[in-house]
Amino acid sequence: MPKTTLRRMALAAVTGIGLMPVQGLYAASVDVQVIYLRQQVVPAPVLSNLDPVPEDLGIAGANLALAEVAATGKFLGETYALTVIDVPPDGDFAAATREALAGAGLVLVDATAAELLAVADTPEAADKLLFNVASGDEALRSADCRANLLHTIPEDGARTDALMQVLAAKRWSKLALITGPKAADLVYADHLRRSAAKFGLTLVGEKAWSFDTDLRRAATVELPPFTQDLPDHDVLLVADETDDFGRYVENNTWLPRPVAGSEGMEPLGWTHVMEQWGAVQLQNRFEETAGRDMQSRDYAAWAAIRAIGEAVIRTGSADPATLRSYMLSDTFKLDGFKGRGLSFRHWNGQMRQPIAVANARALVTLAPVEGFLHQRNETDTLGLDEPESQCHAFTE
Amino acid sequence: MRRLAAALLLTATPLIPAPIHAGEIWVTNEKDDTVSVIDTDTLEVIKTYPTGERPRGVTFSKDFRRLYICASDSDTVQVMDPDTGEILHDLPSGEDPEQFVLAPDDRHLYIANEDDAITTVVDTQSRQVVAQIDVGVEPEGMAISPDGKIAITTSETTNMAHWIDTATHKLFANTLVDSRPRHAEFTADGSQLWVSAEIGGTVTVFSVADQQELGKVHFAIAGVNDDLIQPVGFKFSPDGKRAFVALGPANHVAVVDTASYEVTNYILTGRRVWHMAWSPDQSQLFTTNGVSGDVTVIDVARETPVKSIKVGRFPWGAAMRP
Repeated sequence: MPKTTLRRMALAAVTGIGLMPVQGLYAASVDVQVIYLRQQVVPAPVLSNLDPVPEDLGIAGANLALAEVAATGKFLGETYALTVIDVPPDGDFAAATREALAGAGLVLVDATAAELLAVADTPEAADKLLFNVASGDEALRSADCRANLLHTIPEDGARTDALMQVLAAKRWSKLALITGPKAADLVYADHLRRSAAKFGLTLVGEKAWSFDTDLRRAATVELPPFTQDLPDHDVLLVADETDDFGRYVENNTWLPRPVAGSEGMEPLGWTHVMEQWGAVQLQNRFEETAGRDMQSRDYAAWAAIRAIGEAVIRTGSADPATLRSYMLSDTFKLDGFKGRGLSFRHWNGQMRQPIAVANARALVTLAPVEGFLHQRNETDTLGLDEPESQCHAFTE
Repeated sequence: MRRLAAALLLTATPLIPAPIHAGEIWVTNEKDDTVSVIDTDTLEVIKTYPTGERPRGVTFSKDFRRLYICASDSDTVQVMDPDTGEILHDLPSGEDPEQFVLAPDDRHLYIANEDDAITTVVDTQSRQVVAQIDVGVEPEGMAISPDGKIAITTSETTNMAHWIDTATHKLFANTLVDSRPRHAEFTADGSQLWVSAEIGGTVTVFSVADQQELGKVHFAIAGVNDDLIQPVGFKFSPDGKRAFVALGPANHVAVVDTASYEVTNYILTGRRVWHMAWSPDQSQLFTTNGVSGDVTVIDVARETPVKSIKVGRFPWGAAMRP
C-alpha cells in the first residue's frame, strides 16, 4: 500500500487504579480492538473559508468515546484500542479495507455510501461488525442495507422529518425552497419535499441556485431579486449540503422570512448548542481533548464506540456477532446525552436517536416533537419506519 | 414552670397562631444561582438568597445551623448561615461538584466531581481536602451508609456504583447498574443500597453485605413513552415501607413497595421532576421540577399532589430544616 498512510493511535486503558473485578460478573479479561477506516475527500470549493472542515472530524469523537469506554473497562478487566486507517484522496481504499478487516472485528467506516457498500461486501467483512459514521444515504437503510452494517449517523430523511415536525408544530406551513446544484443538494432537497408532504406542509415555490458570482461581495445585491419572485411563504428552505452559498441567504431575502434546512434552523445529529441532558459534560470533555466543538460526524463515531462499549460491558464479549445481537435486542439502551436512550432499529440497523433542530446560537427543539405519536417509539416518526424500509437483510 | 414559659411565649408572639417554628424546604435553582426557602405551613416562598454559580446538591448540618451548597460552576461548596442567608465561607470541593453527602459524623462531606471523575472528601471543620478517590466518568450520585463505613459514588457514563471504604478511602467494589445512574441511597437499616438509572429506566437494589443485586424496580405509566420514564432522585418513607422515586420527564413520582419492588402508585408532578425533601412532620413531600420551575407538594398519606409552588429557574436539589 504505497499510497496509504497508516496512523496508529492505540489508547491504552487509563492507568491509576488497580483492576478490580465487578461483583458477580465474568472474570475473564476482554480485549476490544476497533478500527476507524476513513476515506479522505478533497473538500468541495466553497465561497467562504470561515468554517473549514476539521481534519479530525469523526476521529475526534471516536477518540473521546474510546477514552470513556476504557475508563469503564479498567473496572472490568476490559481493554480497548483504536486504530485509525486514514486513506488519502488518491489512496488505495480497497487495500486499506482489507487491512482494516484483517486487523479487527469492529470497524467504523467514514466514507461514501458506495465505499461503505464495498467494505460491507468484502468477503472478509462477513463476520465483522461495521458502523457507518458518515453517510446519511437512504438506500443504505433500505434496499441496499447490509446485515453487517449498522448506522450511527442519522439518515438524511430523519433530519428533514425532524425539521418538518418543528415547522408543523409551529404551523409555519407554507414553504419555499432554494436548491444548490450539487448531487448532495438535490438529494437533500428531495428529502425536504418528501418530509414536507409527510407532515402536511406545502411547498409553494422552488428555485435552483444558479449563481457563480462571489457572494461575499454581492449577496445583498443579488439575493433580494433572486428570492423576489417566490410565492409568499412562511419559511425559506435551503438545500446546500456542502456549506457553499447557504450562509449568504439569511437576512438577504426579499421577504423577511426565517431560513431553515442546510442553513438557519438546521436539523442535526449533534450541535454544540445542546445544553440539556448532560450534553454540557460531553461537550466539555470533547472540547478539552479536541480543542473544538463537537459535530454530527464526531457524535456518530462517539456513539458507535460507546455502543460497542455498552454491548461489551453487558455481554462480556468482544465477538462481533454477540455484540451485534445484543445491540439489536430490546435490552440495549445507550445514554446519548439527548434525553432519551439510544437503540438500534431491528429492521435496518439504524441507530434510533433524537435529532437536534437548532440555530447557530441555541437549540430550538429536540425532535421527535411532542404530539407526533408512534405505536412503538416516538423517535420512529423520524426516518424510515419498518413498513417503509425495503431492508430485508436484518430479518433473515 | 412549664406553664409560665408557655405564657411568656404567648405574650411574646400574640399575633401568630401558627407553630413557632414552621418548617422550611430549601431549594437550589440551578439556572438562577439562588436558593428559594419555602415555608411548609403556608406553602409560600418566604425568602430567596443568592448563591454561587449553578447550585445543585444541598444539605444541612445536623444542627441545621449550616447549609452546604454545591455551587457547581463556581467549583466550590458554599457554607451558608440559613438564618441570614450569608455565605460564611467556601469549602475546597474539587472541580464541578454536583452532589454530595454529609457523613454521619456531621463533619466529612463526600463530593462527586462531575467533570473530573473524582470523589473528594472534605473535612468541614478544618476546611481541608482529606482524600480524592478516582471513580468512573461523570460521578453523580453520593450516598453514605448509616454507620458511615461505606460511601457510594455513582458514575453516569461508566454505569456503576463505586463502593468506597471510608476508613481507607479505597474502592472495594464496583457494581454495574443500568444506563446513567443518578442517585443512590442506603435503607435506614443499612442493609440495602438502591441506585436509580436515568436512561436505563430502572432502580437496582443491592445487598450491602455482599454487593449482590437483589432485584430491580421497573416502571410503566399508561400513555407515557417508555424512554421518557427516567428515574432520578428518590427518598424512602420514614417507616421504610415505601420509596418515592422521581421519574424526570415522565412528570410523575412513583411509589414503590420496598418489600416487593413493585410500583403501587404514580403521582403527577411538575415537569422533569428531580429531587425531593420531606416536611418536618413527614406528612408532605416536596419535589423539585426542573423544567416547570416549581415545587410540587405531595400529601404523603393520600399520595396526591396538593400544590405547585413557583420557585427559580431549574430547581434541582431540596433540603429540609425544621
